[in-house]
Amino acid sequence: MSLLTVEHLTIRFGGLVAIDDVSFAADDRRITAIIGPNGAGKTTVFNCLTGFYKPDVGRMCVAADGQEWLLERMEGFRIARDAGIARTFQNIRLFPKMTVLENLLVAQHKALQRASLFSLAGLVGAKSFRLAEQAAIARARSWLERCSLVHVADDEAGSLPYGAQRRLEIARAMCTGPRILCLDEPAAGLNPAESVELAALVRSIRDYEKIAVLLIEHDMSVVMEISDQIIVLDHGRKIAQGTPDEIRANPDVIRAYLGTDEEAAVSR
Amino acid sequence: MASQKFAGAVREAASVALVALLLAIPLVGFRLVDGLRGLTIDTRFDWVAWGVSAVFLGRLAIALSGTTRRLLPDLKSVGAALSNLPGGLSRFAGGAMLIGALLLPIVPFADRYVVEIAITVLIYVMLGWGLNIVVGLAGLLDLGYVAFYAVGAYSYALLSINFGWSFWLCLPVAGLLAAAFGVMLGFPVLRLRGDYLAIVTLGFGEMIRIILLNWKDFSGGPNGISSIPRPDFFGFPFARTAEEGQTTFHQLFGLEFSPMHRIVFLYYLILILAMLTNLFTLRMRRLPLGRAWEALREDEIACRALGINPTMIKLSAFALGAMFGGFAGAFFATRQGFISPESFSFIESAVILAIVVLGGMGSQIGVVIAAAFLILVPEFLRDFSQYRMVLFGMAMVLIMLWRPQGLVSHRSPSARLGGHA
Repeated sequence: MSLLTVEHLTIRFGGLVAIDDVSFAADDRRITAIIGPNGAGKTTVFNCLTGFYKPDVGRMCVAADGQEWLLERMEGFRIARDAGIARTFQNIRLFPKMTVLENLLVAQHKALQRASLFSLAGLVGAKSFRLAEQAAIARARSWLERCSLVHVADDEAGSLPYGAQRRLEIARAMCTGPRILCLDEPAAGLNPAESVELAALVRSIRDYEKIAVLLIEHDMSVVMEISDQIIVLDHGRKIAQGTPDEIRANPDVIRAYLGTDEEAAVSR
Repeated sequence: MASQKFAGAVREAASVALVALLLAIPLVGFRLVDGLRGLTIDTRFDWVAWGVSAVFLGRLAIALSGTTRRLLPDLKSVGAALSNLPGGLSRFAGGAMLIGALLLPIVPFADRYVVEIAITVLIYVMLGWGLNIVVGLAGLLDLGYVAFYAVGAYSYALLSINFGWSFWLCLPVAGLLAAAFGVMLGFPVLRLRGDYLAIVTLGFGEMIRIILLNWKDFSGGPNGISSIPRPDFFGFPFARTAEEGQTTFHQLFGLEFSPMHRIVFLYYLILILAMLTNLFTLRMRRLPLGRAWEALREDEIACRALGINPTMIKLSAFALGAMFGGFAGAFFATRQGFISPESFSFIESAVILAIVVLGGMGSQIGVVIAAAFLILVPEFLRDFSQYRMVLFGMAMVLIMLWRPQGLVSHRSPSARLGGHA
């Protein structure tokens, strides 16, 4: 059984069917990209997975460590905390007035809060808590190094340049220790050099962490280069699924992206 | 060119004078006189004329010299320098303030009046620090904070009068009861943010006051509760003569009796309570819960995506903030010896919130400065009696022009990479 199984996912907003019977599966150590034209419902899939929306129909199941979590029945913060789904946002959502390091420490809230015995041990400065905090800082440091952000660790997150903010959001998501990482357009607004760097980061996360990466991205060079599996959505429906090569050759995908008229024009 | 500038200045002065005229006619122009034939209306249009012409000429002078534009940036740069105090300097300022506060009752000019005012300032500092947890750290706009102050005060008053509990026993109970009320308020408002939250908390504050006002059997209604027991020095009362089998404070230390003893004791008591609030908050900021408060203020959706339960974070902020309000309330009751719902009106909430906002949200030292300002300025302006509130309002306007983000907007990080915060 796959780490993440999504079956018959459907959600309607009034009369609009935003997602229509979408099923897919994602495994760890693999990058699954979700692509499609604007308004195809890609971010809505993420919002369902992370509990921001409740689907009308469908089943989303995370299976790991001999346990199963049915996401459609869980509150948003429990999905992140217990099922281990971390995400980034299309329009970056950092804690702008807090420092880079603090952003990463907030992400380790679960472990730290337990170590501080819900603040009691922390208030008296217990050794066990100090050790846990040092471990958290060490973990944050290792992610800062991987995202080349160490030199700005004590700066306000809001003061970082755009590309650094994107990387910080990924580092923050990884600090929660997730099983599944959902990246919502991580390369949006990055210059080509930064995009290459980002692709390398995402690939290293896949290679060295035992997690599944879900990726929404418009930059096709990034998608085709790093994805193991691509799912194509159009008007809320899944129209194709396969490896980058299969997707590139799929006529339905070309039609969805270029439209029928253009296709006719090309073939003429 | 010069004539154009002059015409512009005249136009500007005229429009300002018009506003002054519209305001002055109802405010200054008419006066009710309680004469022989009952109430009559007296007019003072000469005052209006003098005032409006003064405004016109003043504004004209300002417009011609063009100082408004120059004056404001100057003030702003001073403010920026003040707020960008490095952490070390602000810690130094805090230490100096604490030493000053510790020595205050000993210095020669500190008579009863000075210490009493210092106690009042410290009560507001403590309330400001308590509210700072809710508003400054967690970012939950609470306009009904005075309700928790009232809960603490009435808890102490009722428990000590009805059951004879001592102050030291009542103090934690008052804090816990206030915290329980904080959770009670917290539950229904969990989904609300910003303006909506402010309105509900405002309503909550009024509800507590109105219940206290109308539930006569319980709280004494508008008459309040009087002869609340004064605190004793760990079992030794501050009295001229000891009761049967008791030793008074001055006998214990072999001193001459003086009413100042109790006041100085109260001063140190509130100083300790306030410092406890401060230390608690400073400590909490570095704990995961405190960081989660700040994260919640910054972005609630991101918090949820990181697996943080917003309900717990909000309730804990409300409860802990309320607890310190409750402590301060118990102290207030024992200091005054008399409480009534009048002491817990909305204006108190507004003053406490003003202290937090004026000080700079989340800044501990800013709260001290703002509390001292808001309590001392009206006190010093007593000599100007009827112009007191006008001057006070003017000072507030100036500060908001000068530093819209509060007096101290510096935020020191709760953790540093490879160094101590």
